[in-house]
Amino acid sequence: MTALFFYLFSTVAVASAFMVIAARNPVHSVLYLILAFVNAAGLFILLGAEFLAMLLVVVYVGAVAVLFLFVVMMLDVDFAELRQGFLQYLPIGGLIGLIFLVELVLVVSTWSISPDALQVPLASNAPLEGITNTEAIGRVLYTRYAYFFQAAGLILLVAMIGAIVLTLRERAGVKRQDISAQNARDPKEVLTLHDVPSRKGLPESVS
Amino acid sequence: MGYALSLSEGWDVAIGCRMTDLVAAYLPLAIFIGVSMVIAGALLVAPYLIAFKKPDPEKLSAYECGFNAFDDARMKFDVRFYLVAILFIIFDLEVAFLFPWAITFGDLGWYGYWSMMCFLGILTVGFVYEWKKGALEWD
Amino acid sequence: MSFTDILWTVGIAALKSVGLLVCLLVYIAFALYADRKVWAAVQMRRGPNVVGPWGLLQSFADLTKFFFKEPIIPASANKGVFLLAPFIFATLSLAAWAVIPLAEGWAIADLNVGVLYIFAISSLGIYGVIMGGWASNSKYPFLGALRSTAQMVSYEVSIGFVIVTVLMCAGSLNLTKIVESQNQYGIFGWYWLWLFPMFVVFFISALAETNRPPFDLPEAESELVAGYMVEYSSTPFLLFMLGEYVAIMLMCAMGTILFLGGWLPPVPYAPFTWVPGVVWFVLKASLFFFMISMVKAFVPRYRYDQLMRLGWKVFLPISLVMVILVATVLKVTDLAPKSPEPPPAPVATKAVIQ
Repeated sequence: MTALFFYLFSTVAVASAFMVIAARNPVHSVLYLILAFVNAAGLFILLGAEFLAMLLVVVYVGAVAVLFLFVVMMLDVDFAELRQGFLQYLPIGGLIGLIFLVELVLVVSTWSISPDALQVPLASNAPLEGITNTEAIGRVLYTRYAYFFQAAGLILLVAMIGAIVLTLRERAGVKRQDISAQNARDPKEVLTLHDVPSRKGLPESVS
Repeated sequence: MGYALSLSEGWDVAIGCRMTDLVAAYLPLAIFIGVSMVIAGALLVAPYLIAFKKPDPEKLSAYECGFNAFDDARMKFDVRFYLVAILFIIFDLEVAFLFPWAITFGDLGWYGYWSMMCFLGILTVGFVYEWKKGALEWD
Repeated sequence: MSFTDILWTVGIAALKSVGLLVCLLVYIAFALYADRKVWAAVQMRRGPNVVGPWGLLQSFADLTKFFFKEPIIPASANKGVFLLAPFIFATLSLAAWAVIPLAEGWAIADLNVGVLYIFAISSLGIYGVIMGGWASNSKYPFLGALRSTAQMVSYEVSIGFVIVTVLMCAGSLNLTKIVESQNQYGIFGWYWLWLFPMFVVFFISALAETNRPPFDLPEAESELVAGYMVEYSSTPFLLFMLGEYVAIMLMCAMGTILFLGGWLPPVPYAPFTWVPGVVWFVLKASLFFFMISMVKAFVPRYRYDQLMRLGWKVFLPISLVMVILVATVLKVTDLAPKSPEPPPAPVATKAVIQ
């Protein structure tokens, strides 16, 4: 049963990952990317890491992919123009791809894992007695790994400042609503009531 | 090669033995999603089978208050939407960090409490910065 | 587990799912009718009153009509994505219902991370909107989708913080356990009283998250016609409408679970405890829905900049401060929920990769 779901999720994940690079329309690519994320979340669930699975959906699908979609939609890419340069850049692109491939092969072929590490994932897979894996994370993240946690906070701060510095443009001549100023206006000071005598109009001093 | 082999062994063990309560709890969920897909799919397909169809070019053109569309609909839009999306990611991550903390909070003691306050403090600095810079203004 | 066992489990789960979904959809048909009746009553109109006694069957008549309407796909649209959008929108909002416990042990799937699942699924609702708006290849849908996305995204943050404050009091991500943690002092033990500011923030954010009036800017008729739904007709349109109402009911159910004590009776004594839990749940969710439809009837629509200001400059700081406040109070008074026994210290595991 679980195996069935494993093959389902992994096949769809790999296929949609392939479609991300194969799709002609960048918006379709992003949609395939989302599909790949969702299937990866399914794989996490099969491994028993339900918290990570949900976070993957919340953060990557719910937030990061929305941003991707915005960017792709915003760039308004002209596909015909993009494809023109394809042949021109083919040799250099191919060269870079080849170098990467060789490096990857070198890395993977010399890779070995210590026997200790092999024991770890299996051991830590065992569910702790009566503790959900969210609690298991919560118990160590904020105390044992407090420095990493604070570092994550700093990274988020840098990201926030970076985003503002890069995208914020002041526009001149924009009228904004100042709600506190509006609320602070006192009717007594800004509003006067007059009895207007008939056929006389307002006295000069008021109008 | 050794790496690949041991990895696949790990996966086999993981797949074979991990049909635990935890994973079993997700089976009804998968079925439920399947059933709702069937319902939505049936609704989507139904009118193509039974409804009257007579398309013509006027009917199929994009809606533009009676005019012919005179421009590509997919225009460039304000960079502010992009900024909102980035700020959303950051705050969403912050909330994600809060979830495990919120439920283990009783067991963590004062150290865990101050650890989170420090984290929130850092992000509040960022929040104040974006407020002062006017990134939250919409115009 | 033998093959027949699996077949049984799957069959029973499927039956339960069909049962829940059918009940939900019928309930929503009447909720839609009630929504229109409330709206009409506030404006001193009679509302739907022709189909069936008092117009009770109006929604079913509407449903049938949708089936016989001509489905139109605009010539310039991306056809696949265009049809996928309403499908995804409706499926996702239905899918979230799997974890809602209507009474003790009545959830289809009682997940350990139920709240997170709902949080995740409701954040995906954006895709139906954004795909529909983009695939229509028309101006109004595109603008409507953009607005809608920015709006949903902004209020999602405050909903996240609201959920966190409830979690701190409940000590679990499981929806059943969240309800059980409110099982004290009857109506005064529910979190609406203890976390009242968060209840208000949740209610208003729920309106914004589901594009309900007064935050229905994505489909503000006077400027964007019908927003991202302009090009849709027949059942694809129905799926969007249905998805929207299912999402609204989901927010009602979430409000009930997080703040109104789920299936618990308001007074924990004899005559009230005889009523089955599901009745209380439906009553509370209906009350929540009634509030939402009253808001629709008498609050004027917000302007877009006011909407963004409310989300980012009012709700976000309020909920952030409330998180800190609730945490401090719980810590100082030592009321935070603890696990029954001190957990064993986690074994130091060090992955050495050579």
